[in-house]
Amino acid sequence: MSGVPQALEGVTVVEFGGYAAGPWIGKVLANFGAKVVHVESRDRPDGFRLQYPPYKDGKIGINRSGCFSYFNDSKYAVTLDVKKPGGVELARRLTDWCDILIENMRPGVMARIGLGYEVLKETNADIIWLSSCNMGQTGPRAPTGGFGSQLSALAGFSGLTGEADGSPMLLYGPYIDFVAALVSAPAVLAALDRRKRTGEGAYFDVAQYECGLTFIAGALFDYHANGKIAERAGNDDPVAAPHGAYRCRDEGWLAVSCWSDDEFARLAPAVGHPEWADDPRFADAAKRRRNIAALDDGIAAWSAPLDAGEAAAALQGARVHAYRVNTMADLFSDPGLGHRRTWRVRRHGEIDDQAYYFPGFDLSETPGDVPGPAPLLGHDNDIVFREFLGLTEEEYATHVANGVI
Amino acid sequence: MLGPYRVLDCTGPLGWLTGRLLADLGADVIKIEPPGADLGDPGWRANNVNKRLLTLDLEDEAGRDAFRRMAKDTDFLLETAAPGSAAAGLFDPDALIAANPKLIHVSVTPFGRTGPHAEWLASDLETMAAGGAMSLAGEPGGLPVRVSAAQSHGWAGAQAALGAMMALTHRAATGRGQHVDVSAQAAVIASVAHAPASWDLLGINSTRAGAFMTGRSVHGANYRVFWPCKDGYLNFIIYGGVAGRRTNEGLVSWMTAARADLGVLAGIDWVRFDPTQATQAEVDAIEDPIGRFFLTLTKAEFLEGAFEREMLGYPVFNVADIAADPQLEARGYWQDLPGPGGSTERFCGGFAIVDGERLELVRPVPSEGEHSREVLGEMGFDSSEIDGLIAAGAVRDG
Repeated sequence: MSGVPQALEGVTVVEFGGYAAGPWIGKVLANFGAKVVHVESRDRPDGFRLQYPPYKDGKIGINRSGCFSYFNDSKYAVTLDVKKPGGVELARRLTDWCDILIENMRPGVMARIGLGYEVLKETNADIIWLSSCNMGQTGPRAPTGGFGSQLSALAGFSGLTGEADGSPMLLYGPYIDFVAALVSAPAVLAALDRRKRTGEGAYFDVAQYECGLTFIAGALFDYHANGKIAERAGNDDPVAAPHGAYRCRDEGWLAVSCWSDDEFARLAPAVGHPEWADDPRFADAAKRRRNIAALDDGIAAWSAPLDAGEAAAALQGARVHAYRVNTMADLFSDPGLGHRRTWRVRRHGEIDDQAYYFPGFDLSETPGDVPGPAPLLGHDNDIVFREFLGLTEEEYATHVANGVI
Repeated sequence: MLGPYRVLDCTGPLGWLTGRLLADLGADVIKIEPPGADLGDPGWRANNVNKRLLTLDLEDEAGRDAFRRMAKDTDFLLETAAPGSAAAGLFDPDALIAANPKLIHVSVTPFGRTGPHAEWLASDLETMAAGGAMSLAGEPGGLPVRVSAAQSHGWAGAQAALGAMMALTHRAATGRGQHVDVSAQAAVIASVAHAPASWDLLGINSTRAGAFMTGRSVHGANYRVFWPCKDGYLNFIIYGGVAGRRTNEGLVSWMTAARADLGVLAGIDWVRFDPTQATQAEVDAIEDPIGRFFLTLTKAEFLEGAFEREMLGYPVFNVADIAADPQLEARGYWQDLPGPGGSTERFCGGFAIVDGERLELVRPVPSEGEHSREVLGEMGFDSSEIDGLIAAGAVRDG
């Protein structure tokens, strides 16, 4: 990295596990200057390397997965096989080196391979350790393994998505994994701050299920306090009307909502219906909700021949809530995201140029970046084991000979 | 963990979670609301528990003066003022950080404080649309939908908390605060997983798939994800691989024990079964007896039975199901605190167990003005100044 100061300069992180829930935390920490080592082995590479598309040119290969690389930019990758002789000892040198350890395996797996918290603490007493799994480390269903896409159903998200009279819907990918990563990532940095003050480490037992519930905490409170069971309702809102998505030209869609009578008075002429402003059927939000079909039909007829982006700009020009329903392609041409440089293209060893996501916050003094692409499998064995851990040539050679590295 | 730090929380819904997360990590979070604010909203209560409340009118000049004075003696400021508004003028990061160089000023807005759309209006709906999430939810080719409980507030609020902790790490090393500028639109992109990479690398514009999983079979077969059951829906998918095999074998043995009709399932060797090679007719034949079996199960029975057999899949829970889940009970997830009029209110507890203890909510939801005197007093206002602010209507007392 250039001379730009970074917030997490000097912070060291080691990750065991794979897929999204653990590695996403390390990725974001790496974007702000932490040194993050992603541990895999040749026999057990990260599942995202070979199990999910997209692959470069559509050809599967251990270093060709755009899915893996998307979640692991800016890290160091080592191959370390703990099942080979001396493997656990080498892993412990790595865990002795780090400030923060992140693992997202099933409960008990780290202990079973000789890397349990109690053991590691003997030689790294103030380690900050984060375990993230479906159900947490304790409780009757602790041993549950599973995918975030399915856990998103248990945690209420799927049931809250879709039309009122239709089926629950998928949210794309392991939605809840990212919730859990972003809710728990601040905690490890808070623990780091406490450690600077008190010398204490910390062990975080994170259940992705529980983290997910923080995103529907209001609905859960409403149930406990008032017995109300939140249900999926398409795009309806209990207050705002209109509040929905409307078809536009070229398979585009436009999201529009209206939060006050004044806003409705601005919306009406903007969608070609100035007479609505004085129509008693639409005089207040409750009446607009009762007569929503007429409003929805009128807005849909107005938007149908328009480009979604231009329609949104026209409504915003009248101070009305509106935005194009961005597709994945649209995210790459969105002017606001361009302004923030959300996508940072870095050249990957086999994938070539790839756009990596920069997190949704900018820091004025320590701006962060995507310092590098995702690493090839085992790409950083040399620098991590020799330079970071200080292995001698002889030690390194022994580990290679034993199949550990 | 964050015990030494004071947070002034002037946020609306987009930033409520930020202060809640910092409070759960031990920070002293002082929520600021204007007189007469609606404190009964379930979202407000769920996300502003564990904070103190100062009722202060920031549209009043005396109130603004009091705020500027407090901002000089605080570690974090959280705010969600719309760029270009009068409130955003008060929350000027350059001026506030110049007056208090250690201040970490966190702004959470739909599109960030600067940029071509900074002053555009966006509620949860437009923010989920702008961040790409809506394009991935709904029926294929049909209406894109948002989650019917605001999610952009969570994405923005959690990323804001992370940015705040990054800034704290820098401050601990250098003594210097800074401005954290959160774009909810950019924050929501975290929810769409690796879908952007498919466009970036292959030009495949991923879209919504409704209740089915598409794109797995070379013959274009769709696999059902959501299945009606006795009292709702289940999420279950025919997977291949080791985990899929264990799941499928577990299901067949469960159906056998229940004397359910196996149909074609009886003849399938799950070791050799490869979901990527199945035709739609084959998938339909497999799914038919499964669908009929699931109609005989409740959500709770499926959860229990799938867990016992180490099967992948979960019921589609609603808030009532979640509230009754014994796993959450066993882990002490819920926390009860005193509410208005002698009632008890139940909250999602702290989001993690740290060193064996659940992060604890130490304060019930505050009432209007409850901590006004206490907070202003701690921040160096003497009682005549406080009385003056109350008399002027800039502060309300509990």
